[in-house]
Parts: sequence; structure tokens; C-alpha cells
Amino acid sequence: MNKTVRVALVALLCVGAAACSKKQEVKPQPAPEQTAPTQAPVSDGKYTPADLDTDACLRQRVVYFDFDKTEIKPEFQQIMACHAKYLRDRPTSHIRLEGNADERGSREYNLGLGERRGNAVSEALQGNGGQASQLEVISYGKEKPVCREHNEDCWSKNRRVEIVYTAQ
Amino acid sequence: MIKTMRKFSSSLVVILLAAVALFAGPATAQSLNVDIVGGVKTATPIVVVPFAQAGGAPLSTDVAEVMRNDFNRSGKFRSLAKSDIVEFPSKGSDIKFATWRLLKQDYIVVGNVTEAGNGMVQVEYELWDVNKQQSLLHQQMPPAPAGDLRGVAHQIADIIYQKITGVRGAFWTRIAYITAVGLGNHTTYSLIVADSDGYNPQVVARSKESLLTPAWSPDGRKLAYVSFESGNSSIYVQDITTGSRQLVESHPRGINGAPAWSPDGSKLAVALSYVGNLELFVLDLASRHETRLTNSLSIDTEPVWAPDGKSIYFTSDRSGRPQIYQVSASGGTPQRISFQGQSNLNADVSYDGKQIAMVQGNGNVYRIAIMDRSLGDQVRFLSPGPIDESPSFAPNASMLLYAATEGRRGVLYAVSADGMVRQRLVLSDGDVREPAWGPYRQR
Repeated sequence: MNKTVRVALVALLCVGAAACSKKQEVKPQPAPEQTAPTQAPVSDGKYTPADLDTDACLRQRVVYFDFDKTEIKPEFQQIMACHAKYLRDRPTSHIRLEGNADERGSREYNLGLGERRGNAVSEALQGNGGQASQLEVISYGKEKPVCREHNEDCWSKNRRVEIVYTAQ
Repeated sequence: MIKTMRKFSSSLVVILLAAVALFAGPATAQSLNVDIVGGVKTATPIVVVPFAQAGGAPLSTDVAEVMRNDFNRSGKFRSLAKSDIVEFPSKGSDIKFATWRLLKQDYIVVGNVTEAGNGMVQVEYELWDVNKQQSLLHQQMPPAPAGDLRGVAHQIADIIYQKITGVRGAFWTRIAYITAVGLGNHTTYSLIVADSDGYNPQVVARSKESLLTPAWSPDGRKLAYVSFESGNSSIYVQDITTGSRQLVESHPRGINGAPAWSPDGSKLAVALSYVGNLELFVLDLASRHETRLTNSLSIDTEPVWAPDGKSIYFTSDRSGRPQIYQVSASGGTPQRISFQGQSNLNADVSYDGKQIAMVQGNGNVYRIAIMDRSLGDQVRFLSPGPIDESPSFAPNASMLLYAATEGRRGVLYAVSADGMVRQRLVLSDGDVREPAWGPYRQR
């Protein structure tokens, strides 16, 4: 059941992302490619390392999860798409996915939960065209909380996967 | 299905730690808060009269006070407060039994400490039945360094505990735990070993990255633990006295976690995910062979061996939420054993295999629960929550340690197995977690 949902979501994403990037690539092609060769990286619709700091989508590097859940929520699908596009545009780039959990439950179980979330993001990025060799998953479980209060608001900030570029 | 595979990482790394056996500092700031939960009317009243001292400089250890705290913490005894002690006999012939009967005491302990030369001291004690006016124990302990008087006091408390309850005492034992001091990137993690009452803490290992899951070898000489010092999780086995350590699991991909010693000390059960999913393995420490125990799409972790070494309890969420399962140590189909509560995790097993302690989660409340296998798997709660974890049995199963959260910091509690007496161990200014109660010590 979960798997079916996940596959469906990934498939949906692929379509969306492909459509997006095609539009960008096709539309501006005729004019800028000849007139402004220095602007080539931007004009051909491919991401450059500079976009990691400026692009509104790429700047989002955290994916949040529901309690004890590893499904990627719809609001994060766009982030999956743009980071996957970056991986496609720059085949030498590399991402470390750092999986984390909230404080409830034991440390070792939460290591497992963080890894499963990291794997879910990795699968989504691969489903959008990222290569497995560009991705690594590490789980910190509940060892690296960003918030230390004992309430749902805080817990929801800790249930996360951080997207860390180790090669741009 | 079981797959045996040769461990591909052939690197048996032995590192001598420079920072071994560093003392974590004097144990002065460790006032112990006793939090009596209630229902201790059934506890046996015992008076431990301050021990007399024959000559020499005043000793820094109050032997009787160490014993009083041991007895109170156990939940089996209620020792008369020092301030309520009105007479001070130091040998049996000086005891006026009428006085102690009036104070409703069942047992009385008297004794003395004498100098034995070269910084050594010798403790002699007697245990009497107040109502029968009968001597139950009269013993001279072997000479010991004055600095080890707390150890001698714990040993006497153990003997008296066994004489009265019939169960071997576990006061003269050690505990291991992890502390985290500092914030964010400036946090220092330490693996600490201390006496069972929290005194004499010693740093066994330090790291700038997380340490977790310390596990005692059955002989009490080594600790296995998980360290993130290399970036990813790895499992080390470290000799407590020499500080030498071995890297035993460090697959570059995935989790290397949850070490648990087999009762004969020859194997470690571990949780590894280099195969793509977190599964249980048994690592033979001599041959370095890994035998895979589980095969599912779920999280399988936190193994702990049954005392007979034939089966392993573990946490798995194969049914949706985490629950406790049992699997043969040679593999096979796991059986779910926990059915009460939304989730159950992180099991520990008593020495006789009859009681399984675990963390039970209901809503946002996580409490320590004990499932009694000899009472039709009846479950009782030992702690109030809301974020309690890491239950660890004393070697005689009379008490447990667990970790709780107070404000932003973690603290450790010792609780009697009936849940009646709970005591907070004030161990450190930092965040304390992951307690593990060590085995009996060899005299």
C-alpha cells in the first residue's frame, strides 16, 4: 500500500519535473544562446552552483515528516524536483541526506527511522532522475535535534531530512 | 533464512586511547535525591549504626551512610535516618535491644573501622535480629585501601541483603552511561563508568560526536558502544582498565548500531543496514563472521539476549508500530511478544529471563514497563514518563536504571523492580542518558 503510493507519487513527480525542465530548456533556446554566450549556464536552463544560493527552490534543503512516518508529503515534491534537476544538470554533484527523528522512542530505533526517511528522499530524487551514485544517506536518529522543547511544534522541526551538497 | 557472510572489512583496528582512565573529577557535588514514590510500608526496617573508628585521621567515607543509602534505594529496606539513631554500639555485646524494638527496627548492623597500616583499613561488622536478639552475621572484611571504603561498604550491604532476602545483593556493581556537555557543535560526549550509586565516575571514552548504547561484556571488563566519531556510526569494543579498543563494525554504508553481548561473551548481536535495510546480525568476535538473523522491510534493532543464549529479543516495526519480538539466536521466524500499548521498544531481560523491561509508548507518554513472563505476560509500569527510556536491570533484577528528561536535560533514575522507590542519580551538570547496569564484580 505504502509502496504503491510512493511509486505513484514518484511517477507523478517525474512527469511534473520533466515538463518543467523541458519548458525552460525549449523556450529560451533560440535567442540567448547566440547573443549572450557568457550567460550560457543560465540561458540553457541548467542549474549552476550559484543557483544553490539564489534559487528559491534549491535554497530549501530540509524535508519534514509526520510522526513515525517516512512518506514525503506533497508540499515537498517541488523541492524533490528541483534538487533532482540539479543532480541531472551537474552529474559531478553529490548530496548527503541526513535523516533525523524527534525525541520520542529509543535512540537506536530512531536511527532506523532517520535512515528510512533519508532513503525515502533518496528514492524520490532518483525517481526524478538523480543517480544513486550522487546520493548517500546517513542517519543521526535523535542525536542532532534543532529544537529541544518537549512539544509537537518542536518535534515536527526535528523530524527531518537535511539535504547537504558535498560536491556542487 | 540465515545467510552467513564473511565480514569484508578486514580491518581489525586496535587503538590505544591516550585519554583513558581520566578521572571525571571528584564526586563531591553528588548529593543523591531520594524520591520515595510510596507503598514502602512493606519495606523491612533496619538500623545501621555509625561505625566506630579506632585511631587514625577521620575517614572521608561514612561506611554506615553508604549502606543506609543502598538499603533505601533497593525498596526492600527502610533504614533508620542517622539523626534518629540515639545509641551507638559498635559490637553486638553493647546492643540494648529494647531501644531498637521501641524504634520498631527488625535488624541492626554495628561495626568498626580500624587502621591496618600502609593506608589500609579493615572493617568488621555484625548483623543482629532485633526481636530474636540473635546474631546473624559477624565478619571481618579483608584489608582495603582507605580510598576503597565505599566499595567495602557496598560489599557488606550485599552480604546483609542476601542474608535477609535470600537474593544476592547488587550494590557492589558498576554502571555505564553517556553524558553530553555543551551545546551544538561544542558538545562533548563521554562514556562514563561509575559505582552503582553514581559515585566515582571515570571517563572511559570521549568524543566530539555522539556516543550511544554502551553494553557490558558479561565479565565486566569491556564495553561495546556506538560512536559517530568517524562521521557515520561504528561499533567499538573497549577494555575498561587498559583502554585498548577494537573497531568491530564499520560498514561505510548505513547504520552500525545496537551492540549486545551474548551471555558467554563470544558474540555480539548488532543492527546493521549495509544490506539496504536495518537487520539483526550476530558477530562472532573471534572469527569475525556475521550471521544474518532477520530479513524484513521493517526496522529491526535493539537486540538483547535471553540469559540462556538461545534466543534474542528485539524491536521491530514489522506490524506498523515498534513492538518487541523474539527470535532464535540461530535465526528463524520471529514471534511478537508485546501486545499491550501503542508501541514497545528497547527491551532488557532480567537474569532469570522471567521479566522483560521495555519502553512503552501511549500517545505522547513513554514509560518504563515490565512484562512478567512468569505471570502470563502481565505488564506493570515503573516510571511516570513522559519521555523515559533505556531500561537496564541490575544483575539481581531487584532494581533498574532508566533515563528520563527533566527540562532540557537528561537524568538517570534508579527504581526498585516493584516501582515503589525511585531515586534520581545526580551525576553530572550535563545531559545524562543511555544507562547500562554492569554485571556482578569478582572479589
